[in-house]
Amino acid sequence: QVEQVKLLDRFSTSNKSLTGTLYLTATHLLFIDSSQKETWILHHHIAAVEKLPLTTSGCPLVIQCKNFRIVHFVVPRERDCHDIYNSLLQLSRAAKYEELYAFSYNPKQNESEQVKGWQLIDLAEEYKRMGVPNDYWQLSDANRDYKICETYPRELYVPRTASKPIIVGSSKFRSKGRFPVLSYYHKNKEAAICRCSQPLSGFSARCLEDEHMLQAISKANPSNRYMYVMDTRPKLNAMANRAAGKGYENEDNYSNIRFQFVGIENIHVMRSSLQKLLEVSGTRGLSVNDFLSGLENSGWLRHIKAVLDAAVFLAKAIAVESASVLVHCSDGWDRTSQVCSLGALLLDSYYRTIKGFMVLIEKDWISFGHKFSDRCCQLDGDPKEISPVFTQFLESVWNLTEQFPQAFEYNEAFLLQIHEHVHSCQFGNFLGNCQKEREELKLKEKTYSLWPFLLAEQKKYQNPLYNPDFSPELTLLEPNTVSFNFKFWRNMYHQFDRSMHPRQSVFNLIMNTSEQNKQLEEDIKELEAKIKQRNGQSDVVLEKEEEQTAHPAPVALKSSPCFQKEQPPMPVNDAVRTIEGSNTADNRYSELVSEFSKAEPAVVSLEYGVARMTC
Amino acid sequence: MEFAELIKTPRADNVVLHRPFHLAVEGTLCLTGHHLIFSSRRHDNAEELWLLHSNIDSIDKRFVGSLGTIVIKCKDLRIIQLDIPGMEECLNIASSIEALSTLDSVTLMYPFFYRPMFEVLEDGWSSFLLEQEFELLSSVTNEWRLSCVNKEFSVCPSYPPVVIVPKSIDDEALRKVALFRHGGRFPVLSYYHKKNGMAMMRSSQPLTGTNGRRCKEDEKLVNATLRSGRRGFVIDTRPLTVAQQARAKGGGFEQEVHYPQWRRIHKYIERFNILQESFIKLVEACNDQSHNMDRWLSKLEASNWLTHIKELLTAACLAAQCIDREGASVLVHGSEGTDSTLQVTSLAQIILDPRCRTIRGFEALIVREWLQAGHPFQQRCAQSAYSNSKQKWEAPVFLLFLECVWQIHRQFPCSFEFNEQFLIMLFEHAYASQFGTFLGNNENERAKLKLPQKTMSLWSWVNRPEELSRFQNPLYEANSLVIWPSVAPQSLQLWEGVFLRWNRPSRFLEEAEEERINIIKYNKELQARVNALRRRLAELEAEDEVEEE
Repeated sequence: QVEQVKLLDRFSTSNKSLTGTLYLTATHLLFIDSSQKETWILHHHIAAVEKLPLTTSGCPLVIQCKNFRIVHFVVPRERDCHDIYNSLLQLSRAAKYEELYAFSYNPKQNESEQVKGWQLIDLAEEYKRMGVPNDYWQLSDANRDYKICETYPRELYVPRTASKPIIVGSSKFRSKGRFPVLSYYHKNKEAAICRCSQPLSGFSARCLEDEHMLQAISKANPSNRYMYVMDTRPKLNAMANRAAGKGYENEDNYSNIRFQFVGIENIHVMRSSLQKLLEVSGTRGLSVNDFLSGLENSGWLRHIKAVLDAAVFLAKAIAVESASVLVHCSDGWDRTSQVCSLGALLLDSYYRTIKGFMVLIEKDWISFGHKFSDRCCQLDGDPKEISPVFTQFLESVWNLTEQFPQAFEYNEAFLLQIHEHVHSCQFGNFLGNCQKEREELKLKEKTYSLWPFLLAEQKKYQNPLYNPDFSPELTLLEPNTVSFNFKFWRNMYHQFDRSMHPRQSVFNLIMNTSEQNKQLEEDIKELEAKIKQRNGQSDVVLEKEEEQTAHPAPVALKSSPCFQKEQPPMPVNDAVRTIEGSNTADNRYSELVSEFSKAEPAVVSLEYGVARMTC
Repeated sequence: MEFAELIKTPRADNVVLHRPFHLAVEGTLCLTGHHLIFSSRRHDNAEELWLLHSNIDSIDKRFVGSLGTIVIKCKDLRIIQLDIPGMEECLNIASSIEALSTLDSVTLMYPFFYRPMFEVLEDGWSSFLLEQEFELLSSVTNEWRLSCVNKEFSVCPSYPPVVIVPKSIDDEALRKVALFRHGGRFPVLSYYHKKNGMAMMRSSQPLTGTNGRRCKEDEKLVNATLRSGRRGFVIDTRPLTVAQQARAKGGGFEQEVHYPQWRRIHKYIERFNILQESFIKLVEACNDQSHNMDRWLSKLEASNWLTHIKELLTAACLAAQCIDREGASVLVHGSEGTDSTLQVTSLAQIILDPRCRTIRGFEALIVREWLQAGHPFQQRCAQSAYSNSKQKWEAPVFLLFLECVWQIHRQFPCSFEFNEQFLIMLFEHAYASQFGTFLGNNENERAKLKLPQKTMSLWSWVNRPEELSRFQNPLYEANSLVIWPSVAPQSLQLWEGVFLRWNRPSRFLEEAEEERINIIKYNKELQARVNALRRRLAELEAEDEVEEE
């Protein structure tokens, strides 16, 4: 515990600050300011801690979080600052999985609830929903003991004609043994999305089993003879891999394939792209042109567009040409996961529901071994393995929700919350790099699943505009990927910089109104029942009443004591129309503030104008 | 002149109309004196397009064999293409459109011919009189008076006949001040902040010249707005160097020695051709669907449009901050005081005054701060982003203002009575309209053209309940606070409703907006029903109680 710590405003040029007390707990860093407002930061969310040179007011400490929160403290005594710094360094970098928050987090659930929570998402059920097994596809037991591929799940679906020797042979010809398996089956088109890693083809190597494997996939689609092989890497990268004995499929060796490069950059490019983006967006007193050129130089939106373009290509191949598609990158757990999951999301409206989105993440990301632990730096590890691949997936989905506001059951808050927990290590779902590792850690016994918790509070994540009939079950969502459709995701990268956001949120208002409508509908039912009970003939009267309601007289109503007595608690709508901190100093008309403080230092009084306007 | 002379081919059949994101339609094209009319002439689902010639910004023609193609680019930024069989027909039509869309006499414009098909409930020409404004003002302060010194437009040709000035300054003094200010635009009241009695005035630059001329009456006038012992701020919308250079041409700025109670702040706002260029570049960037991400972002950056938005918003916030937070009076001017000055004073009022965020209040603001204040609409809005005629006086000054309002609207979506469509409608009508409101460059010209007698006012049409309902914001809840927008680049956005309007399919966004409105409407219905049921129940309970007794 350290007192008299100052929390500086990240973007203020006038060094505005809040003074309060800083606490370190086993799991969180907590700052309580003088107005008792609490800021909690999970240790696992801390990406970097930096001690800046000593100033007259104390020792500055900057904490960068994985959820893009940046806090800037000034600690009065250097000793304290140093202690906090060291503690945070230690606490934010776990050496073993067992030290992670998920292993100590106790949400007061009993054992059966815990088990049920983990059973909420059942992938076997999901494959059944897609329509497999069927005449062409079957469940393979080849990897039941993780013998063929350690990073794949135990249960894999493959073409019926792919025998075990073909699977084994193919897996030996694929990087990390990740041979082609089913990711999504489109039952109307009878076409499949399959995924794998790059072939070990080098400059000329061939593998008959692998060629058979692809042929089997191709033949498992009765409606189209050819299949696409999508290499999601830029061609240059794929060619460079050949020198290392890896590479890509030679069209001459595989019958009926159409090979296609897509050009999504690798994890290192993505990492530095995000780094550049954050540097730009974190600049104080940023000009519009610096922001735009920084956005351009970071390449971030270009990468998002590339990912979405690839997904559109994939989805169209299936929906328009009824062709099956095999997707791979290098290891088949980053770009491949992005493209397969987004492609399926465009094809199948189920993944645009709350439950369906959980299933999609469980399937294409968790079960197929996206290395969450490495990519999100859950343990103190190789910084070169960190990459915002999953964040890009969420951002692509967000872009789709912006273009199709009625197509998704979930809202932006859902995406942000998932992002939060991918990094929080509070739940077991995202721990580790693959299913095998998760089983070894006994996560299902020792930790809790995130999904039931999100489902329990799903009201918060529902999109009030959602229209389940927006697109019939298996019709393709066709986004427009012209560059100007891609926007900077302010609510992600400036989630905690409140002064940058609209002061009134249409979204919250609509959400609360929609919620209130449900409550009102129930009130009406209840009231009608009561009236009926009191008065047998009320039906007749009621109709008359309803006719009159076109011109209600609320003033008279409020004066009726019975009315007040009977009033069931209305949904709280205080928060609906609140303007937060409408405050000049928040908004950085930059130089002006300082100019004024020179001229008339005593005049500037900054009240936090929080105004409430009740409905 | 007869329009018929200009129309050699009044009608062409088998014309194909192409519009982005619409299927091509075949039909008949007709030219009239003021409209280009296209009709599919199918009975089941007749599609018609009526385009005002004055909305046409530029036209291109090309031929493939005898099939001619005309590409029409409109001032509202839409682009349509017409395939016209027959070379002669096509040439005739193209030259007619060209001639009819560039008529040089104002009195030939459509507003002089337009006869409304609706009943006029309220004549918009007299809806917003300065006298009414002054009446409101008089109810809170008696420090101001209405002056008719400009009755014959003799003191300042670009000012309206009546203006509001400090009470202590008589007309004689105003005449002297007018001689000391560029174009005779002496300081007048723009806005009075009821909360603390501070005033925002606007004018043009003082004519100090190189030898530092001064005018006692001018000093007295501006000082009359100050409380004793307090200072005021002059917001000059030019950078200091430009203001200094202006002295060589007879212009200048208020010097500290002569205005000791005033602090001068130079807040540069771009003007004229720079803005027009920026506008053209932005529209070019938005119209090219083939740009990759890097090219799009660099084009967006190179247009500088959002930079202008940010600078303008910042200047307006600064003026508002001086008044509301510093409790100081403000005088805003640039050179002529007809462009950037008006942008700043009108935006500051949006921020400060809840009334300006209502529909009527906003209309009054536009009448007061733009039309009566002498923004030269006819010059500025003669051409839009597709013009080739690089005339020096064309500039999207008013559009920039509207976009800034939109940016604030986005940040405070519940605080405005009007919606985005209202702003877009104003943009359209400023550039091409059947109404006379935006014709002419100032009140003087409008009086000479007898616009109130000969044309219909936009406000007569807009303020009819049928039309108004399209422009109302269902989320509106009066907000009496000052609203401070964020000007961080991350908070600003491209105004898609204007710039991408014709470049992307908007069906899903429109449907979503409809759904939002439905949710709000449904809520009101439910509330009413619940109230009625509660009342019914209460009555029944009361009856029961009586019976029990």
